[in-house]
Amino acid sequence: MSDTTTILRPEHPVGIVGYGAYVPRYRLPAREVSRVWTGGYGGTPIKEKSVPGPDEDVVTMSIEAARNALARAALPDPALIRAVWVGSESHPYAVKPTSTIVAEAIGATPHTQAADWEFACKAGTEALQAAIGFIGSGMARYALAIGMDTAQARPGDALEYTAGAGGAAYLLGPAEESLAVFEGSFSYVTDTPDFWRRAYQHYPSHGGRFTGQPAYFKHITAAARGLMDALGTSPADYTYVVLHQPNAKFPKSAAKKLGFTPEQVKDGLLVNEIGNVYAGSSLIGLAAVLDEARPGDRLLLVSYGSGAGSDAFSLRVTEAIVERQGRAPLTREYVARRVEIDYATYVRFTGKLRK
Amino acid sequence: MNIPRNWRLQQQRYRLEGEVCEKCGARIFPARDICPECEAPAKTPLVFSGKGEVYSYTTVHTPPQGFEEFAPYILALIQLEEGPLITAQLTDVDADHVDIGMPVEMVTRKVQGGGAEGPIVYGYKFRPVLHATVHAAPHE
Ligand SMILES: [Zn+2]
Repeated sequence: MSDTTTILRPEHPVGIVGYGAYVPRYRLPAREVSRVWTGGYGGTPIKEKSVPGPDEDVVTMSIEAARNALARAALPDPALIRAVWVGSESHPYAVKPTSTIVAEAIGATPHTQAADWEFACKAGTEALQAAIGFIGSGMARYALAIGMDTAQARPGDALEYTAGAGGAAYLLGPAEESLAVFEGSFSYVTDTPDFWRRAYQHYPSHGGRFTGQPAYFKHITAAARGLMDALGTSPADYTYVVLHQPNAKFPKSAAKKLGFTPEQVKDGLLVNEIGNVYAGSSLIGLAAVLDEARPGDRLLLVSYGSGAGSDAFSLRVTEAIVERQGRAPLTREYVARRVEIDYATYVRFTGKLRK
Repeated sequence: MNIPRNWRLQQQRYRLEGEVCEKCGARIFPARDICPECEAPAKTPLVFSGKGEVYSYTTVHTPPQGFEEFAPYILALIQLEEGPLITAQLTDVDADHVDIGMPVEMVTRKVQGGGAEGPIVYGYKFRPVLHATVHAAPHE
């Protein structure tokens, strides 16, 4: 099924010229959610999740991640960026793009494309794949793809433990200027009703246990296997694997099913400390791995978005990574910048309660 | 809320764009098209580095209309490394962790939330420097 006709590879090789992460500083421990809703009974799916401050949203978080990506790229002029694409399911406006505000703030306007992408948790990798095509076809030299979310969950819902805030930005450009080069990507998409949010509803709904086997596991493993088959690679060829991480259990168990070791998974696994950051989830895992990677390392990235689909990417790290890692805050610096809040503060910060 | 005024000030507010005087080299923020040092016309745009330090600060408990949702917040005078002194909110810091002379950096944040229906106003605020290794490096 997967061969050279289904793998996505551009005409001209494309890579990551700069990358940057962002995580807000507030953390809501899962035991706080459990204290309020279950009297402290039952296990929690992660340790804690990140919560945006009252003056933060997907726009401000994307701007900071984008600035970090530009700092690493050391681009002579941000006006060279031909596209600013932001994938999220928590754009602050229902109508008015996030991407134009981000583009303006980083100095990429007015001669640029700008658009907001949506596909649940894989909106960010959708933007990444489109940027590969945009550059690889020769239409643009640089394009910025961002996956960022301030995920919302209904108070008391199982998702409230994990719905977190954060993400990452990727400035893509020609392979010869890149710190990691895309070897190929592969997508696997079906109509699967595991998670949704209807118009005008503040909180999403989901199919409970249905979100596991026929949704997350099926799409992640099909996309990963499809890509590796087409490239002729196997898990042993990769230094790191980063999968979408809705909780601590799913990515570990999917990676194991695919034949990866816990060692290959651990550096890109942030969900226990920041939660599921939706469209930013796999992309911020990739940022954490790029912070550690050495030239020659191979990375496998697989996103998952409900509804449903996965995008898989194979990357090879170049020499350029060494001097660029330290040019902006490391992902783990944001994770370590931690201020614990209680449930009442969380409720105020996330607008669930207003004066 | 003043949509045209907010829109006109976006470059200044989103990324700290001011001006530089081509005659005496003074760096000017906010832009005023006339150099305050030598009174020459100064219209060359300059994006400031966003680095500076706290010159003085106070906590605002009773904010003006439109800023209520962020109160209490810290309002500070920031000495930018290029020279100008500007007024801005501090963010991502508690009042008892602020000191005069504390190194800070610019971030773009929500300045006015706009309620449920209005436009959101984004602009500069300052926070304690996050990434020590980068800023420890010598710069102009
Ligand atoms: Zn002058």
